[in-house]
Amino acid sequence: MQAKTALLAILCCATSVAVAADPADAKTEKEMKPYTEKIANTDVSFDMVPIPGGEFVMGSPADEKNREEDEGPQFKVKIEPFWMGKHEVTWNEYDIWSFNLDIQRRKLMRVKADDKEKAADAVTRPTKPYTDMTFDMGHDGYPAICMTQLAAKTYCKWLSEKTGHYYRLPTEAEWEYACRAGTKTAYSFGDNPAKMDDYAWHYANCNDTYQKVGQKKPNPFGLYDMHGNVSEWVLDQYIPDAYKKWSGKGTVQFPISPTTPEKLYPRVVRGGSWDDDPEALRSANRIASSADWKIQDPQIPQSIWYHTDAIFVGFRVVRPLKVPTAEERKKYNLDPVIPADEGR
Amino acid sequence: MTQSNNQSSSRRDFLKVTTATAVGTGILSSLGSSAHVYAGGDDKIKVGLVGCGGRGTGAASQALSTKGNIKLEAMADAYRDRMDKSLSNLQKQFSGEPEKVDVAEEKKFVGFDAYQKLLDSGIDVVILATPPGFRPIHFGAAVEKGKHIFMEKPVATDVTGVKKVLEAAEKAKKKNLAVGVGLQRHHQAPYIETINRLKDGAIGDITSLRCYWNSGGVWEPRLAREDAKSEMDYQMRNWYYYNWLCGDHINEQHIHNIDVCNWVKDAFPVKAYGMGGRQVRTDKKYGEIYDHFAVEFVYEDGTRMYSQCRHIRNCWNSVTEHAQGTKGFCDISGAKYETTGGYKWKYRGPKKNPYQVEHDDLFEAIYKGTPYNEAEYGAKSTMTSILGRLATYSGKPVTWDEAMASEVSLMPKEFSWEAKPVTVPDENGFYPIPMPGITKVL
Repeated sequence: MQAKTALLAILCCATSVAVAADPADAKTEKEMKPYTEKIANTDVSFDMVPIPGGEFVMGSPADEKNREEDEGPQFKVKIEPFWMGKHEVTWNEYDIWSFNLDIQRRKLMRVKADDKEKAADAVTRPTKPYTDMTFDMGHDGYPAICMTQLAAKTYCKWLSEKTGHYYRLPTEAEWEYACRAGTKTAYSFGDNPAKMDDYAWHYANCNDTYQKVGQKKPNPFGLYDMHGNVSEWVLDQYIPDAYKKWSGKGTVQFPISPTTPEKLYPRVVRGGSWDDDPEALRSANRIASSADWKIQDPQIPQSIWYHTDAIFVGFRVVRPLKVPTAEERKKYNLDPVIPADEGR
Repeated sequence: MTQSNNQSSSRRDFLKVTTATAVGTGILSSLGSSAHVYAGGDDKIKVGLVGCGGRGTGAASQALSTKGNIKLEAMADAYRDRMDKSLSNLQKQFSGEPEKVDVAEEKKFVGFDAYQKLLDSGIDVVILATPPGFRPIHFGAAVEKGKHIFMEKPVATDVTGVKKVLEAAEKAKKKNLAVGVGLQRHHQAPYIETINRLKDGAIGDITSLRCYWNSGGVWEPRLAREDAKSEMDYQMRNWYYYNWLCGDHINEQHIHNIDVCNWVKDAFPVKAYGMGGRQVRTDKKYGEIYDHFAVEFVYEDGTRMYSQCRHIRNCWNSVTEHAQGTKGFCDISGAKYETTGGYKWKYRGPKKNPYQVEHDDLFEAIYKGTPYNEAEYGAKSTMTSILGRLATYSGKPVTWDEAMASEVSLMPKEFSWEAKPVTVPDENGFYPIPMPGITKVL
């Protein structure tokens, strides 16, 4: 009996290998499945879920409660398929990069870096923070916070080299598409903020702190904490009337307001946070970064890596099925650009 | 309660104390002219910056952002490249008001004696922001020359330095010079409000205090051995890792938290027990400092302050202060407390940038000629940190009085690029590390 079970297990295993190999290796939208990405030479992994391609209407209708002017006019967008982090990036993942924990561990275990890791080692890592960036709100399982958009982008670049899969921040449109998950209401669970406590951490229920990721109900795509917990970086510069240039143009492909190194503020975060009231957590709500997010960095020049005061800002990663070409990456400023005089 | 209310009440208290001192020593009639120069509020104040690193540049920017006609006119640093970078950053920042940053070539001073030349260059206010080892020398000279002063914390790295600062602080009071110290929590509304409540007995009598600066550590050494022109150059560029310059991280960073506990207690410890070492940051490039300390301080009434500071990545981190009382407990840094009766309070007022407020307050005092002197508690909180270091390095209890009687100095005998610092590396580049049970600190 036992032998039979074992044989069956082997057979099953063999079959699954023959059919789908690693779900992370999907080449077509149809093959896309959830997968778990392990970060080499650590005991940390994170989960990715497939987001099917499709069309949606971006922005909020004029009659949505608490709607702001910058959420319109609405326009149609076509989204290509991608995977998205099931959760916000946690400190467990982020600190591997920011504190060189992988390098440290390789040294300790006397493990040699493979080619992917060598490439990852060549990606810039941030200077060490002067203070404790968790602000005593918790570490393991909690979302990483206080990073600049540049730091989040650089993390993605490192993660791409490290894993061999192309990761980046979502565009603002991809983020909203993933957050709505097919819904048109203010939240992915409807219009009634009274149901908020089932789905999100916000000011009234969070006890003045962020919370471990993944404790509330997910949205229809299986994404957790899209509303609340921490606001999430996207790739776009914040332009209040950005939607104007796209509305009335039919279905727009890959709308993005690329950032430029010269213009640091404002850039966009989405989703609202533990420190916000429910209206800020709406799917269409846009939040603009500002220099105030660094006000307690007493050094000049201020760090390019930390938003000391943005204890409500984190991010999650996406992986587009179709990896962008070098030209596309350049055109949309998808890659991080570290200022030449960094490393003061 | 708003911050300004707190500020004015503490200012009033201060005025009372200072006036009493002034009258007692018969100084009131001979107040220097400095007290009245800016009385109109529209006269120009000329600022000089000594120490042009990231923090010095930040402090200059905050000074220039206060109300009034304030101008940066002179700069001094051991290194020309640091000064140039600092100046260009400030010019960038104040590009809308270029008259604020107006440093002529002849007012740029480089080298170990640059501060002296700067003090003689006709400035009114000096910002002292070099590595802390130099602070006692610079502060003493600035008081001698009758300048108003903003100095960064800590204000010394050894007992000899603390004593120099305390002496100069007295002189500064007599000369009615305004002295601000960069312990910005004293200008941070949530702290002020919380500590006022603690002093009003919100959680009863304070029975113990805890504080932490546990973090991943600071910047990596900047200059490689092979690129250093001399041992002095090497240590100066990598100053955080050398005790005469930095005083170890219990002094350079953790002073903030230790100082908050002293503030709550309205006293300074009489004794310290400590343990610590160098567990992770063992490479020779990390000079001679420890990477962790755990110190128990004892106040005169027997109250304990438990302190930890650590520079090790991926461990439990916290930069906080807490008080335990007979009727409850308080997260001071979180600006909240809870009583045993179940009452909860949390600060909900405005949160202004304390680094700006500390300069706003200082310059307001300078304009009005109001007595203003933070040097004494700055020096004594520096001393508390040093006491913790001495207890940790030696592995033995050290009393405040024993330590204060010490003549041990960490400072080099002379200052030049060829001069020899007190500690130098062995033939393999390793520095002597203080060893508990063996190292003598007094």
